[in-house]
Amino acid sequence: MTIYTSGKGHLMIQFDAVHKRFPNGTTAVHDLSLEMPEGGVTVLVGSSGCGKTTTLRMINRMVDPTSGTIRVGGRDVLEQDAAELRRSIGYVIQQSGLFPHRTVLDNIATVPLLLGWGRRKARARAEELLETVGLTAEAGKRYPHQLSGGQQQRVGVARALAADPPVLLMDEPFGAVDPVVRTQLQDELLRLQKELSKTIVFVTHDIDEAVRLGDRIAIFRTGGHLVQCAPPAELLAHPADDFVADFLGAERSLKLLSLTALEGIPQAPAPEGGTWELVLDGARRPLHWRTEDTELPVRPLSDADSLLAALNESIASPTGLVARVDADGALTGVTSRDEIHAHAGLAHEEARAA
Amino acid sequence: MTTDWSWIGDHTDDLTTLTFSHLQAAFSAVFFGLLISLPLAVVAHRIRPLRGLLLGLSNVLFTIPSIAVFVLLLPVSGLTRTTTVIGLTIYTLVVLLRNTVEGLDSVPAKTKEAAKAMGTRPLRALLTVELPLALPVIMAGVRIATVMSISLVSVATYIGDGGLGQLFTDGFQRNFPTPVIVGVVLTLLLALVADALLVAVQYVLTPWTHRKQRAA
Repeated sequence: MTIYTSGKGHLMIQFDAVHKRFPNGTTAVHDLSLEMPEGGVTVLVGSSGCGKTTTLRMINRMVDPTSGTIRVGGRDVLEQDAAELRRSIGYVIQQSGLFPHRTVLDNIATVPLLLGWGRRKARARAEELLETVGLTAEAGKRYPHQLSGGQQQRVGVARALAADPPVLLMDEPFGAVDPVVRTQLQDELLRLQKELSKTIVFVTHDIDEAVRLGDRIAIFRTGGHLVQCAPPAELLAHPADDFVADFLGAERSLKLLSLTALEGIPQAPAPEGGTWELVLDGARRPLHWRTEDTELPVRPLSDADSLLAALNESIASPTGLVARVDADGALTGVTSRDEIHAHAGLAHEEARAA
Repeated sequence: MTTDWSWIGDHTDDLTTLTFSHLQAAFSAVFFGLLISLPLAVVAHRIRPLRGLLLGLSNVLFTIPSIAVFVLLLPVSGLTRTTTVIGLTIYTLVVLLRNTVEGLDSVPAKTKEAAKAMGTRPLRALLTVELPLALPVIMAGVRIATVMSISLVSVATYIGDGGLGQLFTDGFQRNFPTPVIVGVVLTLLLALVADALLVAVQYVLTPWTHRKQRAA
């Protein structure tokens, strides 16, 4: 039994030797000891039936453990009234689980109303949250089925945040939306998290999503065994065993590059007079690569983009050069394929050494 | 056998009284039927083994001939309106109970889970989430039960009640078709109006079911 700890922050959620066996005899969670630091995103991943969802659901007592202790904010969950505990923990589920008979605003106001805030205050809070999750005030008057899948999911997040709980449980919240919307929702969540610093427990079976969102990733194996819990870079550089390595996939090293930003990687002035020329618009924004008879698209990258994106662009670019731009999209310089390669290798070495 | 339409004009007061009496019997039956069905349906919905028993029982009650029900009730409540309402109520159970159980079954598991996970206690979840969402199916049952009761009230003529049904006995005994025709037409109208009213009530109570999907 290993206790996984992280250096930063207080521990918000602690699992201590938790076991869950269902009445039908299956063991969903096996001897789990895991700690989740305050203000961090812990992602639980694994294939279906690995116990990740059961683990999540034990935090707000949707499932009670067979043995062991779970503490939230230092207090044993089993010693608290289940309904009151649940009101103090935000919960987002797949396909949002919104109430079809309540307007979006009333959906968001659910927990404040349960807490007895009064209708006016609850609605005011709900209106505020609509804006927080990027929805218009007009959307608040609609019913859930009148919104798109992505919008419904935003409402689900707003509803979970309504009473400003310190802990947010998210059970495959973005599982049912298309990849483009999913990426948007992930970005939104990261933006929100920067502002709100909630302790988030996030369940997914998508390892890319885990790497993208997680401060720490806990990988579960069928039978409810926690195999490894580590920050994404550490996990990708040092998978504990073959199971974890397989789960991370063959592109494990590339995924690691997705964690490193381009910032700080040297750039040179754009070449002039070569076969290929980088064409800019009036505001010095790159338009395309051009020779005498052809034009090829360019995808300029900013400092916030990842090394993985740069590697991809350096392969696609006819010159092997990646166009770098500032926040306004104006060209700042170019970086060569060799330079990116060297830094990719370096990033990998650093992660291995860490 | 001749019709005489002037009979209507001479009996407007009687017709009004009988119509209201008819309606009162039918609505009371549906009201008490709902009062009994709602808790029973919740029990049948929550406790699986009781479900078949309760639904089966309501089916069996439905198969008892209506005259027999009234006769059986005579020693209990005599030749009264109470007997009529009890008899009719028994018949409403078969649709009201079944539809309420099915309505509760139709509430998506995800929605119930969300209610629980938000910290809603079971009774509040039932009243504010499950029953409202079951309403369309329950209302379908209420409509059938209402129309059925309106048509069944006439049977209680056997025990001296029966609302507009009294017009039928009157017509038959005197071999005079006018009251029979008027009785049939009024019963039909009552059923149609009551059903239309219930549709309107449901429309008002379930705004989420008829809001169009709009482009986001």
